[in-house]
Amino acid sequence: MTAATASFEEPRTSRVDAVVGVLRRNAWALGLVVFFGLMLVFTRIIQPTYGVSGVQGLAIGVLPLAFAAAAQTVIVISGGIDLSIGSMMALTSVVAATSMKGQSEEFGVLVVALTLLLGIGLGAINGGLIVLTRVPDIIVTLAMSFVWAGAALLVLNVPGGGAALWLTDLVLGSLGNEWIPKAAVLLASLVAIIWLTVRHSRLGLWFYAIGSSHLAAFRSGVPVNRAKLFSYAVGGLFAALAGLSLTASTGNASPIPAPEHTLFSVAAVVLGGVSLAGGRGGLFGPIVAVFILSLLRTDLTFLKLNPSLATVAQGVILVAVVMFGTLVQFRRSRR
Amino acid sequence: MTVITGTDLLLEATGISKSYGAVVALKNASLAVRPGEVHALMGANGAGKSTLVKILTGAVRPDGGTIAIHGRERVVHSPGEARRGGLVSVYQEPALIPDLDIRANLRLTETPIEPFRHWVRELGLETLSLSSVARQVPLASLRIIDLARALAIEPEVLMLDEMTAALPANLTERVLEVVGRQRGGERSIIFISHRMIEIAAVCDRATVLREGETVGVVDVGPGSEDRIVDLMLGQAVKGLHDRDDHPIATGDEWRAATPRLSARGLSAGTRLVDATFDLHQGEVLGVVALEGQGQDELFDILAGSEKPSGGDLVVDGKQVRFGHPADAIRAGVVYVAADRAEALLMQRSVRENIALPFRAPLPKWGPINIADERQKVSEAIGKLQIDTRAQREVRRLSGGNQQKVTIARWVAGSVRTMLCFDPTRGIDIRTKTQIYALLRDLANEGAAILLYTSELKEIQLACDRAIVIFGGRVVAELSAADADEPALLRAAYNLRSDAQMPELVAAEVVATESGSDAVAAVEEAMTPK
Repeated sequence: MTAATASFEEPRTSRVDAVVGVLRRNAWALGLVVFFGLMLVFTRIIQPTYGVSGVQGLAIGVLPLAFAAAAQTVIVISGGIDLSIGSMMALTSVVAATSMKGQSEEFGVLVVALTLLLGIGLGAINGGLIVLTRVPDIIVTLAMSFVWAGAALLVLNVPGGGAALWLTDLVLGSLGNEWIPKAAVLLASLVAIIWLTVRHSRLGLWFYAIGSSHLAAFRSGVPVNRAKLFSYAVGGLFAALAGLSLTASTGNASPIPAPEHTLFSVAAVVLGGVSLAGGRGGLFGPIVAVFILSLLRTDLTFLKLNPSLATVAQGVILVAVVMFGTLVQFRRSRR
Repeated sequence: MTVITGTDLLLEATGISKSYGAVVALKNASLAVRPGEVHALMGANGAGKSTLVKILTGAVRPDGGTIAIHGRERVVHSPGEARRGGLVSVYQEPALIPDLDIRANLRLTETPIEPFRHWVRELGLETLSLSSVARQVPLASLRIIDLARALAIEPEVLMLDEMTAALPANLTERVLEVVGRQRGGERSIIFISHRMIEIAAVCDRATVLREGETVGVVDVGPGSEDRIVDLMLGQAVKGLHDRDDHPIATGDEWRAATPRLSARGLSAGTRLVDATFDLHQGEVLGVVALEGQGQDELFDILAGSEKPSGGDLVVDGKQVRFGHPADAIRAGVVYVAADRAEALLMQRSVRENIALPFRAPLPKWGPINIADERQKVSEAIGKLQIDTRAQREVRRLSGGNQQKVTIARWVAGSVRTMLCFDPTRGIDIRTKTQIYALLRDLANEGAAILLYTSELKEIQLACDRAIVIFGGRVVAELSAADADEPALLRAAYNLRSDAQMPELVAAEVVATESGSDAVAAVEEAMTPK
């Protein structure tokens, strides 16, 4: 499954079997990639002018949503859910933008680091409250979403602030080839660094363990409360990255959380093949799902659909795709 | 019993008490384990056994009392901490994470791979891929993996909670053999089981709990079985072996009538090939089979949760095809599962659980007749002597009382045909006796009862006759008088009557600890001839 475990010998499986196994385990995510490719072709057909700038715009628009989806995925894998991700994004975004406004480029580095720490802290508070009070996660995080949103307004009551130039430069433009947006490279590298580190450490194992079976994890000696808190903290880190990328891509920040940010993250998790019951899935699927959902919205605009109707269509497509996925899984388990 | 000083003990728990609100689970429990012994922990369900286990492993904090390891007092907060302190447990439900593969599960408990492989082989599980996801591994193998993992950690104290309960006979023998071999070594084992034959085969001493208190420590040897049972039961109920007073229907008075339920060549894929038998009104028909001989499929078909791939099912003279459990219930065929969690709404009250089958079909529109329902439920509770102290939520009842609730729901609805699949699994003797008596009463009142049991002793106690399933076929039918344990075991293994019994061989292996020759003898006896 992973590089860290491959060091143990496995006499009965050949390399081909291993590759087939990897493909089979990630069949859903790979299917999503293919689907995304088809959607790109489709977009090009309905809108022949869709090209470099379109891909650029897509990558920049996707960046915050993809980090939000990553935040939600880590928490859902660990058997929880966080409805305050949108508010955490707003809070971290305004904190970063107000602190960076009119300051030096070097100071910006410090601000980014502190904002990431803030995200970890916000997540840890969410997780800590859930563990200590034993109130269901959905209620705690819903309540905290108001707290974080209010705090964001206290920091900055109208859109404003600024961003260090290097930060903006990190997400805008392309790298080498004009078809490779910097935002996509940044997303891939940051997610890979954070997630692979977590996934291959004891922490990642704990996340899957508590999400899969809380009791069995406890009996296996996993410190279940600490693991739960850490999962929210890692989620908070990704939420802070999402907030920072909002600031970076727009050059300022809005204190009002976009209501769709949180729901979008849940939708991406579901579409990405992560079981809402926890314990299954990875980060790759939900992030591809974010690309699909964003492109879908663009396509509906290109088709000049009534915006209200487009929202309905988006929901219908989401339900249909998830139902299809469940059907595939169901048939496979029956075999 | 010899007197030994505190420092000789590997683990010593004294004066442990624990209350949940008004319910006292433990009041003065103690347990002293010497190095190198296999120590049985025994007690009826509700005696506080599982609470004591949870306290020892750190899952529950005791209200009072001390736990000392090597004479030094310890406070344990979690199973992880207990493991680092040298105490590892194997629970009734395997503690493997279902969505992780075996290798990741081993990493989770910091288990070294090579010793694990060694123990898996020792325990008789030859083919195991470490990359298989735990969810897809059969339950019996999971339990073996759990045990091998625990042994590979090399704990000072190993706690086995009903380790053999869901294991097929051949794996049970290997487990008992491995446990028996640990005697006299550095390691101690706390062994929890309801099966006396296993206690007799592998344990040195037994601590007996009753109503939250340690009532005695018994040196296991010839005759100790009676002493343990006496201690476990107190004065309340007589031992099982005294219970032969029920009138076993011997005549053929019912044969003339139409069978209540009649299976003709029922099959399900490759697991069940040809099940043919009649179940008559007023009888308890036992079903005996080793693990995985098709009995699960048979009961699923009869209960309407699986469709047969062939054969006919006739109920009260009419051919039926069940597409859904509701069809079976409508035809008067009801099912009592071994796994209580399958049948009960754990978070609802005893009354609601019993009343559920009345409500589920909702045959008429309009309000439910609450008064009538309440009366029937009360009758059923009284008849089954259900302990209703914790009736607000079924999950807080002991396992035995939960099983009574699953039976009570059908009794309240006046049962015609009841399918019981190992209803006494993991249940104490007192409740078992009550359940047998209840099944007998139901049969006397005209019900027909099909009883699968994994404990061969139960056949003679509870049944009028028994059928034996092997390889998906009904291979034998015995009257209760002939169905003693050796006869049933022979039939279940489909062996010639002069072959040596694996269980006896296994007991010898354990007794003599003479290693590979005896193992070979077991394997030889296991091979169908």
